[in-house]
Amino acid sequence: MQATVQETRFEPNIVALFCNWCTYAAADLAGISRMKYAPNVRVVRVMCSGRVDPSFVLEAFRSGADGVLIGGCHPGDCHYKEGNYKAMRRFVLLRQVLEDFGIEPDRLRLEWISASEADKVRSVVNRMVEDVRKLGALHWRVG
Amino acid sequence: MTDPPRIGVYVCDCGFNILGTVDVPEVVRYAATLEGVVAAREYKFMCSDPGQELIKKDVRELGLNRIVVASCSPWLHERTFRKTTADAGLNPFLFHMVNIREGVSWVTADKAAATEKAKALIRGGVRRVALQEPLEVRHEPVNPDVLVLGGGIAGIHAALTLANAGKKVILVEREPSIGGNMARFDKTFPTLDCSSCILTPKMTAVKDHPNITLYTHSEVVQVDGYVGNFEVTVERKPRYVREDLCNGCLECIEACVYRDRRFANAFDLGLAKRKPIYVPFPQSVPLKPVIDSHDCLYLKLGKCKQTCVDACPRDAIDLTMTPQRLTVQVGTIIVATGFKTFDARRKPQYGYGVLPNVVTALEAERLLSPTGPTEGVPRLKDGSVPQSVGIIHCVGSRDTNTNAYCSKVCCMYSLKLAHLVKERTGAEVYNFYIDMRTPGKGYEEFYKKLLEEGAHLIRGRVAEVTNAPLSKGERGKIVIRVEDTLAGFVRRIPVDMVVLSVGMEPQADAPEVRRMLTLSCGSEGFFTELHPKLAPVSTATDGIFIAGACQGPKDIPDSVAQAGAAAAEALALIDRGSVEVQPYAAVVEESLCSGCQMCLGLCPYGAIEFDREKKVARITEVKCKGCGVCVVGCPSAAIDQRHFRTKVLLEEIAGVLA
Repeated sequence: MQATVQETRFEPNIVALFCNWCTYAAADLAGISRMKYAPNVRVVRVMCSGRVDPSFVLEAFRSGADGVLIGGCHPGDCHYKEGNYKAMRRFVLLRQVLEDFGIEPDRLRLEWISASEADKVRSVVNRMVEDVRKLGALHWRVG
Repeated sequence: MTDPPRIGVYVCDCGFNILGTVDVPEVVRYAATLEGVVAAREYKFMCSDPGQELIKKDVRELGLNRIVVASCSPWLHERTFRKTTADAGLNPFLFHMVNIREGVSWVTADKAAATEKAKALIRGGVRRVALQEPLEVRHEPVNPDVLVLGGGIAGIHAALTLANAGKKVILVEREPSIGGNMARFDKTFPTLDCSSCILTPKMTAVKDHPNITLYTHSEVVQVDGYVGNFEVTVERKPRYVREDLCNGCLECIEACVYRDRRFANAFDLGLAKRKPIYVPFPQSVPLKPVIDSHDCLYLKLGKCKQTCVDACPRDAIDLTMTPQRLTVQVGTIIVATGFKTFDARRKPQYGYGVLPNVVTALEAERLLSPTGPTEGVPRLKDGSVPQSVGIIHCVGSRDTNTNAYCSKVCCMYSLKLAHLVKERTGAEVYNFYIDMRTPGKGYEEFYKKLLEEGAHLIRGRVAEVTNAPLSKGERGKIVIRVEDTLAGFVRRIPVDMVVLSVGMEPQADAPEVRRMLTLSCGSEGFFTELHPKLAPVSTATDGIFIAGACQGPKDIPDSVAQAGAAAAEALALIDRGSVEVQPYAAVVEESLCSGCQMCLGLCPYGAIEFDREKKVARITEVKCKGCGVCVVGCPSAAIDQRHFRTKVLLEEIAGVLA
């Protein structure tokens, strides 16, 4: 009975690019705390959110992602002093570019999640999955 | 490495931790179908010896040249499996770890979804590892000198341990004297040792130790570098008394134009007064006066007879002193910055700051100290000795409105205060507790002893402390209203004095210290250890260790134990002599570099220089910390990051989605 409901529900693919020091550690803490969240997110670890190249995001969309989540340390808390500020500026620009490409900018999200904010990992992921589910599949496969 | 990849994938059950939620046999079957995978295996505990042996055997027999282990977080076992990979004869960077425990099984409710997620992550890992390159770990020498931040009991103990082992220690303390909060106490639980008697010798030992350089009235303002090679900037605030000349005769204090002590002494939490030139307490180390520039007439207004200067037989007073910055080089740092107490004003129902005879436990410690404002006999504001005292436990603790956590030390210190108050004043003492928590060596026995001494223990969270009497007997008293949950009714207990057993909180400037040292903290703000059980004094930043109450509420024995552990960890690093630096540095492909110099400004470490002859950017590897910010910023894609190469990450992203 429930299975039929689930079959029709769209399950978005989300790629998460998490910085090693804050958000990845927070995701670990979520695991250690046995918090359950939506399984749609695939985490790729980078050392710093400032390492997230716009091409990573475009590659993710091209490869079938319906959403991309970037996670970094809170402003002022970057392990590398200011990488997250760079990430923030690139993010703003990239959202504009995505819009020009006809991709809803809300498919790309940037969140500051510190190593202790396991609960924020859960809520951010769950919310993003719900929001992207509403947007529907992206279908932006090229080539 | 041009050989076609021959990849081994090892999926860990982790007992039931992974197996319980992920269909591991199915994942293994799937992994075996991935391109380049030669062997895919399941094992109960990959981190165990037999698990690691499995990898080595396959490398030997099947000629594997790349390894993927899907198990827990790389934060836990990446080093373990890199070593296994190296032991198997491969370059350790031809290994990749896929996190299917913290990242999958522990956070997913549905088994089918967890299995699919594990497959996807392993797919990304396999595709990533195929492109990884062999790298060499760099070894950097460890500077044997140690910085200890904070001169409370934890910092003192760590400094002495290291100094006794022959290491040079720089101890930096913000206050004019070392000693921390322990110096404020009269007695310590459960043995009722005299706090000064056990602390003062250690303070003196710090001062006299040839291996310890002590900077009091000083703060660390900047930390650069990395494990083994930190450069630390210390700001020495002006004491206005030259420590090298002063011999501690204290004539200057006598001679001050202020005849009366009229300024609040911070060491006594304002309960006692001092002059503008003062020593915080008689056992101060160093025993050299300090002048408070906010109180000193000369420093404030530029006008004073400067009687202190004339009184000093050694010309040690120098009113022209300014803050001095100095840099020190150390290899390791021990952070022992301590705690602050909960601000009792945040619980207005308890009357602190409004009712004159409501004090905090720390103030009570001073009232009970022979060197304190009342010379060890607690007195009310009118000078009389209290006949009855109420001690309220858990003020600010175990309370979702303030701090949800238990501060661990308050039950014991409240019992100690009850004992001391009874001993000094003969007053009736009432302790109000939620639960009595006395785990620790000799602690439960101390609790028993207090019961035998006739302390009144009432179970219940106090609702209110008021001076509004409801009966004749309550007139002129402070009334504690509480539901006695053992007796089952509401009681009103009139007392002369109330002690609020406030909990421990992170220092107000802990966030700045945390940022300066790139530490992390929990939601309550205490610094976080690398692992709560197995790495309790290490931090996520190599070479920086934590000890004492900056890590969480703890008592003196635990602080000292942690300080010893931190010193041992530092010693282990120093005696090893060198540290491994991960080879994640950024590299410039000179043939692609246009010489635009965009990257120079992006690097937060000044690691990129412009080679004027070749007109290309050049990265100094020892300065590069491997964040990768410049890689993304390069408009000609001439910079890449080792181990996190753009093509490698793109492959992983495509892999998890395929």
